[in-house]
Amino acid sequence: MEKFTTHTGRAVPLRRSNVDTDQIIPAHWLKKVTRSGFEGGLFEAWRKDPEFILNQPERGGASVLVAGPEFGTGSSREHAVWALQNYGFQAVISSRFADIFRGNSLKNGLLTVVLPQETVERIWALTEADPTAEVTVDLEAREVRAEGIAASFELDENVRWRLLNGLDDISITLQNADDITAFEQTRPSFKPRTLPVL
Amino acid sequence: MGRTLAEKVWDDHVVRRAEGEPDLLYIDLHLLHEVTSPQAFDGLRLAGRTVRRTDLTIATEDHNTPTLDIDKPIADPVSKVQLETLRRNAAEFGVRIHSLGDVEQGVVHVVGPQLGLTQPGTTVVCGDSHTSTHGAFGALAFGIGTSQVEHVLATQTLPLAPFRTMAITVEGELPEGVTAKDLILAIITRIGTGGGQGYVLEYRGSAIRGLSMEARMTICNMSIEAGARAGMIAPDQTTFDYLKGRPHAPQGADWDAAVAYWETLVTDQDAVFDAEVVIDADELTPFVTWGTNPGQGAPLGASVPDPASFEDPSERVAAENALKYMGLEAGTPLREVKVDAVFVGSCTNGRIEDLRAAAAVLDGRRVADGVRMLVVPGSVRVALQAVEEGLDKVFTAAGAEWRHAGCSMCLGMNPDQLAPGERCASTSNRNFEGRQGKGGRTHLVSPQVAAATAVLGRLAAPVDLSSNVAVEV
Repeated sequence: MEKFTTHTGRAVPLRRSNVDTDQIIPAHWLKKVTRSGFEGGLFEAWRKDPEFILNQPERGGASVLVAGPEFGTGSSREHAVWALQNYGFQAVISSRFADIFRGNSLKNGLLTVVLPQETVERIWALTEADPTAEVTVDLEAREVRAEGIAASFELDENVRWRLLNGLDDISITLQNADDITAFEQTRPSFKPRTLPVL
Repeated sequence: MGRTLAEKVWDDHVVRRAEGEPDLLYIDLHLLHEVTSPQAFDGLRLAGRTVRRTDLTIATEDHNTPTLDIDKPIADPVSKVQLETLRRNAAEFGVRIHSLGDVEQGVVHVVGPQLGLTQPGTTVVCGDSHTSTHGAFGALAFGIGTSQVEHVLATQTLPLAPFRTMAITVEGELPEGVTAKDLILAIITRIGTGGGQGYVLEYRGSAIRGLSMEARMTICNMSIEAGARAGMIAPDQTTFDYLKGRPHAPQGADWDAAVAYWETLVTDQDAVFDAEVVIDADELTPFVTWGTNPGQGAPLGASVPDPASFEDPSERVAAENALKYMGLEAGTPLREVKVDAVFVGSCTNGRIEDLRAAAAVLDGRRVADGVRMLVVPGSVRVALQAVEEGLDKVFTAAGAEWRHAGCSMCLGMNPDQLAPGERCASTSNRNFEGRQGKGGRTHLVSPQVAAATAVLGRLAAPVDLSSNVAVEV
């Protein structure tokens, strides 16, 4: 995983709540067997509308998505995170994220930041009025900054440490392989097994 | 202080607990399918890792599989590659797989329980959000992303953030014609799509105790639509009776030891939930969705709501967007909403009891002219059982299409899709924009409502059907 320390970029204000992962990346894109090449499918249905915010020329190259509450609900597809990253987003700000999407994002180095809806509204107002306005997402200081806005955010300290250092979860877990082996020896014999095929 | 069911199962799986770290939890059962696993196996290969416990891992093909002409090569080349990738990965890493054409093939969340692999007090994961289904057995079961799939393949564990607990207490008895699907849709509308966020829900109370295992699975399946981490129901005699004799259920002395353990898996009297919701089962009626998220639902007897009636500004905007997408006018009685298609199937309502319920309504009746009805069993085993009972004949005699097992039109990854603008009454779990096909419009319903809707061509319950079944069909 890539390290995330701090990022500054222009924003896309997405005034929608309950943006589900089927909207972020529709199911027919999920047939791909890679982690790349999903940018074309990001918000595919909405991008057919020329008025959609992502189609506005001044939003080109923006890297911080600022969305309404309940972002990332529905399907567990990690492809939603890959699509956002493939497109160029480095961070997503919302007042509420769905649990699975949030977990997926933080495992891929896409920083999902929870801010109060009132602060989200202020960032929307700022970036709608001035598309060139930059938003800084600072993981070291745990703060989001933009013109006239400085909002601190919370993130689990262990998750933050992994992101700041770009650590791989599996390697960390395997350092405790002995604990796993010890646990396995205590598992009752009635626990289900998939093999051999009966 | 006492512990809740969820806390007990969690505690029994902690491999490692350390200050400032998430608990490392052991995973008893890992289910795989073709869509969310290829990148995980790639990750293993890149790092030179193996699958730690192939004996706790099982794969089936479901999301992409066609429901017609399954003996012919898969027409969509991209789907074909994805299915072949799973087969190759399963062979290379030694994972048991049930491919298209195999008698144990089917939707992953139907297959696990019917094999008896899903058991009380286990931890179950799958790269699929509807893994919450397995919570019906008193398992702690949740959907994970592909990075976590790779993590479980490599370590059989997951580091997990703590959860909160919510009791959903349903007292009373579901009235005639009201099903588990109506109940869960009503619960989601009550608490909202984010209401369960961070929580493991425990469904309890006399109405839940009275439900069959399959109905309990329908309830737990849609916990994710309320944003919950998982949904659970304490195991009881109904659970044990369902499991006894299944291929992977414990046998002999193991069975006795297992039941003795399972019987401890109840929330202690003095345990405290972080939140509680109480629902009166007797008050419920058939429930349907009118919008584009599962929390936008109403009793079938109600009308399409006026967005202005929502106090919360983001809910109001969401309702406006939903009505626009759905092509609905506020104030229209839901019973007047006409449909083009009906889908019976999915991990929510694709089991034998669901097919029986739909068939009972359709028996001797016809699907309305201009309405296309698809019946897709959740697994090959369910299909075989339905055929044995003659249900397939009831469906085809009524003019419905009887298909092969798979996820099918729940998400339209295979050719079973709605055309733009088509409206569907669906027993699946998500009414998101475009979920069943680009531009398609979905109303989530129970199998009974689906069948009655198919007959009348508009949203309806069996009670709306004339008692005089047409003889000259």
